Amino acid sequence: MKTAILFKKLLGAMFAVALLAGAQAAAAQDAATVASGKVLFTRLCAACHGADRSDQGRAMLPGTDALRIKYKGQLPALLEQRTDLTPDVIRTFVRRGTWSMPPFRKTEISDAGIDAVSAYIADAARTKR
Amino acid sequence: MAILPPGVSAANFAKALKEFEAAVGKEWVITDPDEIHPYRDYFSILKDQDDELVPSAAVCPDSVEQVQAVVRAANKYKVPLYAISTGKNFAYGGPAPNLRGSVTVDLKRMNRVLEVDEKRNTALVEPGVSYMDMYRHIQERGLKVMIDTADVGWGGLMGNALDRGIGYTLGPYRDHSNACTGMEVVLPNGELMRTGMGAMPGSTSWQDYKYGFGPDPSGLFAQGNYGIVVKMGFRLMPMPEHWRTGLITVPRRRDFIALVDMVNYLTDLFVIGEPIYSSPLNGLLGDAAFRRAALDFNEAEMDRIAAANGRHSWQVELQFYGSERTTLANWEWATELILRTVPDAHCFAGDSLRMPVTTAQIEAAERPYPAPYSSVMRRNVMHGVPKLYMWRSPGRTDESPETWNETHIGLFSVVGRSGEAVLKAQKDFQDIVKRTRPGAEFVASLTTPLQWNPNTFFLGNSFFGTATRNDNSPEGKIRQLKELREVLKLNAEAGYGDYRAPPLLQDDVADQYSFNNHALRRFNETVKDAIDPNGILSPGRGGIWPKAHRSRRGAVRK
Repeated sequence: MKTAILFKKLLGAMFAVALLAGAQAAAAQDAATVASGKVLFTRLCAACHGADRSDQGRAMLPGTDALRIKYKGQLPALLEQRTDLTPDVIRTFVRRGTWSMPPFRKTEISDAGIDAVSAYIADAARTKR
Repeated sequence: MAILPPGVSAANFAKALKEFEAAVGKEWVITDPDEIHPYRDYFSILKDQDDELVPSAAVCPDSVEQVQAVVRAANKYKVPLYAISTGKNFAYGGPAPNLRGSVTVDLKRMNRVLEVDEKRNTALVEPGVSYMDMYRHIQERGLKVMIDTADVGWGGLMGNALDRGIGYTLGPYRDHSNACTGMEVVLPNGELMRTGMGAMPGSTSWQDYKYGFGPDPSGLFAQGNYGIVVKMGFRLMPMPEHWRTGLITVPRRRDFIALVDMVNYLTDLFVIGEPIYSSPLNGLLGDAAFRRAALDFNEAEMDRIAAANGRHSWQVELQFYGSERTTLANWEWATELILRTVPDAHCFAGDSLRMPVTTAQIEAAERPYPAPYSSVMRRNVMHGVPKLYMWRSPGRTDESPETWNETHIGLFSVVGRSGEAVLKAQKDFQDIVKRTRPGAEFVASLTTPLQWNPNTFFLGNSFFGTATRNDNSPEGKIRQLKELREVLKLNAEAGYGDYRAPPLLQDDVADQYSFNNHALRRFNETVKDAIDPNGILSPGRGGIWPKAHRSRRGAVRK
């Protein structure tokens, strides 16, 4: 009987450890996705949609400035501050284009890459990077 | 809606696609309409029309061998291909083919920087390497070379050079096609060829001597369709120690001739980078009397009003690359030269910056010149730092919050590199606007030349580039197409050829170069038929149509 109880406790402990390990692995995977999304955002998006200043004293880059004009303060002009951009929304804009932003081919950014960019934007907006 | 390549049956197209899949993998043969969408010209005048220049499929190789396999399969089924590198050549057609239904060969996956030699100042790259990729490669390694970037940094070194793209630094570097040091090409039969010293097995000087021995065919691949270039070498500028600018203004309209003479002298002695011309008188166009004088080319009145407003008629910003002392000496020499011929010219010293410049220096608002003069020089391109700043122009801005330029098109005419030629071209261009769009008001008398290519001037008839921003209806776009075609015809009648165009207008531009009953085009097409008998490589590009598709010349929306 005692052995059975001990065995159950052992099983429970093992399950808890497995859950913890699974959660840690998932967190690590999420962090890796966010990190890769940040690299892609920096390389493919930030030249228009980043927080840098523009040239000749202009305060905003073209994409950021366009969203400032469009949203008139109702939404952030910076994508990295947006909490309402789902992966599907981002995929639509990237693959279809909008206004002067042309569509991007999958040789330029894969579907997984778009998901990673979405994860990065969500993380950046949440942690106010 | 799925479309077929012209002259290819559905059964044969299916077989070709299977062979493409075998060559590059199923994932990299794209036929899904949603995935084909980004292969269209996003700014096409014919967007969503039945005759829009869209591909039937795209195939995306990752190696030279895969490109060869694709070309061989295309030959087997006579499927026309259209190769793109980064596909960002917007204003000149983007990734879209000349022939509707072609299969796009998307080379973006081949994006390796194969070599950068900071002692010989050369590089060897694959087609998919963008200016941003190259800049990052150099920065990450701390290499002491700089690139000459196009305005919009997402473009690629190879694709830009193959469309005779241009930049902003010293002459030998900003003519991107001329800065090519050799190439590796997949020919229409699938064979691999290298030019220059690359043609010699074991050569260690491929990027040093572009000619090798015998005829150098590398020029044939720019704005042509004789092969798919899979590697290209470039000459790079070593990072100078210092950058200096200065502004020279001249008071009277006719002083422009002496100003250009002085700048040409310094350009051809390789003393200055790209000079930036403009007119301080643009600020007077709100004055009704001045505007009238400018519209009428009333030079005496323009000079009188300019003087009354304390403005000189023309300005040029000069830039010098070198050491602190050599750039200073060269600037002082430039001032001496202009004052010899135009004693009342003004010379203002500008920036004096240690290179490489910082991001803050590129972004800085402060400009060194006193009012009413100002700098229009964009520092990032002068320093080979690729950005997307210029992408502001077609999009949403404070000046245009509700419309964007849906038909973003570049057209620039080659004009003789002299002040006299520019002053004449201004009148000719205004006349062309009057004839093409009667009643339109266009001030051409202040249009200044672009010296993107060091050896000539380009003059933009900007009126037609922006005229439809507020009319994005399908009818408005077609009207624009007709006007542009008329402009190209009238340009040619006046002696001006255009240097680059989107596919939709390439036949019209090729028509301008008609000496001796189109001897040049007949030569190009004789070569085309000899090396590409099935006519599979980019039919129509550069106005060169292979026999199999020659009847399609100028057929779109005639």
